[in-house]
Amino acid sequence: MKLKVIDAQRCVGCQLCMFACSRRSGIGGLSNSCIGVKSAGGMSKGFTVIVCRSCKNPPCARACPVDALEVRPEGGVRLKAERCIGCGACRNACILKAVFWNNETQKPLICVQCGICAKYCPHGVLELRKDTGKEEVRS
Amino acid sequence: MTHAYPTKVLYIDMTKKSYRSVERPELFAQYLGGTGAAIKLLEEHCPAGIDPYAPEAPLIFSVGPLTGLFPLASKTVAMFKSPLTGNLGESHAGGRAAQAIRMAGYGAIVITGASELPVYVAIHGATVHFRDATSIWGMKSLFTAGSIIRGGEPGAGVRSIIRIGRGGENKVAFGSATTETYRHFGRLGMGAVMGSKKIKAFVISGERSIPVEDKKKYRDLYDQIFKAAVESPVMKKYHDLGTAGNVMTMQKLKAMPTRNLQSGSFEHAEAISGESLASKYLGRRLACAHCPVGCIHIAAVREPYENEPYFYKTTMVGYDWELIYALGSMLGIGDPDGMFLLIDEVEKVGVDSMSAGVCLAWATEAQEKGVITEKETMELKLAWGDWKTYIKAMEHLVNQPNDFYKALAKGSAHAASVYGGADYALAFGGNEMPGYPTGPASYLGFLLGTRHSHLDNAGYSLDQNAIKSGKAMTPPQIVDELMKEEFWRQILTSLCVCLFARGIYTPEVVRESLAVAGYTFTDAEILALGRSIYRDKYAFKLKHGFSFDTIAKPGRIFEAVAPTGPFDRTFIDEGLAHAKKKIGELIAE
Repeated sequence: MKLKVIDAQRCVGCQLCMFACSRRSGIGGLSNSCIGVKSAGGMSKGFTVIVCRSCKNPPCARACPVDALEVRPEGGVRLKAERCIGCGACRNACILKAVFWNNETQKPLICVQCGICAKYCPHGVLELRKDTGKEEVRS
Repeated sequence: MTHAYPTKVLYIDMTKKSYRSVERPELFAQYLGGTGAAIKLLEEHCPAGIDPYAPEAPLIFSVGPLTGLFPLASKTVAMFKSPLTGNLGESHAGGRAAQAIRMAGYGAIVITGASELPVYVAIHGATVHFRDATSIWGMKSLFTAGSIIRGGEPGAGVRSIIRIGRGGENKVAFGSATTETYRHFGRLGMGAVMGSKKIKAFVISGERSIPVEDKKKYRDLYDQIFKAAVESPVMKKYHDLGTAGNVMTMQKLKAMPTRNLQSGSFEHAEAISGESLASKYLGRRLACAHCPVGCIHIAAVREPYENEPYFYKTTMVGYDWELIYALGSMLGIGDPDGMFLLIDEVEKVGVDSMSAGVCLAWATEAQEKGVITEKETMELKLAWGDWKTYIKAMEHLVNQPNDFYKALAKGSAHAASVYGGADYALAFGGNEMPGYPTGPASYLGFLLGTRHSHLDNAGYSLDQNAIKSGKAMTPPQIVDELMKEEFWRQILTSLCVCLFARGIYTPEVVRESLAVAGYTFTDAEILALGRSIYRDKYAFKLKHGFSFDTIAKPGRIFEAVAPTGPFDRTFIDEGLAHAKKKIGELIAE
């Protein structure tokens, strides 16, 4: 399954997706979110929704000096937290800025394409879709 | 047991440019947060007799225990001594401020002192920076100042920028502060208090976790509140047309405040109705952080450049009922483009839209009646519907080039006390009226609400019930109901729950959500707390000069045709006397 931003124009900037992602582990707040909603240069211009594209050849994994990011066969990566040294190389390697950071644990936050964010989006911005196996053109 | 409520108060001294963070868990354990915590902090820092602009006068922000935990708990409560009313200043804003304050690690922020030079204060988690703002002070539009700050600060996506415009800088008594471009600490002059401390803006950011003890209960209750919010027809109404939907409702009720309340129906209501604006102008909707509703309506207003064909400027202007009433019908403006351009002017200079509209409406009538002349207005001929002249008058009001505009910048009641025309200066306790002239309960609500706001106690809904049922209430009955409603609303605003969600945060949901946050309040204890917060607020008001006996009742409200039917001064006085007795008893408890 892959997460897709189907229409960022519908986004109202409520950040319920970010709170939902952070709440996966049953805690409140925002420290744990793997999705980002930012204004596109001020609120009047709407929003940019940043999600992991689960790349087939992920630069984040290539940049990791300790092999803490395991490439998944369907694309994207999984974090082996016990190996991670919190150097931030993965974050710097992702030009989408889709590797988020937990300031409390000093480790990256990696999207696992679970779709909980889409479940809590009340405005039809996000969708979890079946993976076609192809490298799709996506927004 | 782990509790999930905030514990830290950040103290900032603008004179010394220093700050410290203090653990005060008891404050939030006892008073929740928001209104409850803020009034305690205000009592601690704001002695009687202090000038609202004195460096020592505090500015307090407070958020709630549910902020960052549950949806719709997205308001920040600000408290200060109001330069407009001279007593309790309390203003609530949405946007991302509450989330940012909580995620930066604080339950409340207390700002005292004054800077010599303009600065903006950047609070990123545990660190506070004082940054030079001299080059953005006096800037024509607060939007530009906001985008400059945005470019230089971290925390994109999780930060809040609370800024003032020239209104606040020049200490217009109803100067406001804007957060996230379209939300405001609008009423009662918080922007002027920031201006007096030479604070151009606050930037606040942080990302934290809020651990909860019972994760399952947390998830289940979250889902229950989320579901109620997305399925509620009331919330859908706020999303679809927003409060602009009130235009036709008020018009049908004959309670559409028109030309300084000289009439209750406006011949151009249709043109500025929520339905019409949505179909012709609505360009975007926005939401506050952690709110699924998205009630913020933004119009895309296209203006042609006069001398260049096919060249347009597009401005995104926020609108809602209060703006439409105050800067539309109240001024006789039925041209939506003109109304939007006046709204945009008010936004750029950063003053409260309701106070601004009511002040201009008073000035227009005063000029019509010869109470003021073109000497006072500096050659402007204010006329109903003439939005171009109103834009010029707004510039004067903010820049205060003569005694008249200096007086008007202190509010309509003050200006009327100097020039006359007090009977049609539509302010209550010094605060210009909100757009709900439905009848005596609404007016008693404005007079008695701790903020003189319709949101204190919803008097208009008592009027509407009376209209529907045909059963009029007596003044004491009205006052008892207003007080009861305001007791409960102290709880909602201490939790920083948006009052649009008051139907979702029922007493049961409040009790359950407090339990998730680690509280053990019973229903009776919650009600008692609401009462005690109300009492504390009134005690503050009385200490700072509020009086039931001298509060002005503009004569216009007795002449205007109210949808409830006529009522007189005696009716209102009877209500005030009852309130004086009841509130006196409450304070003596």
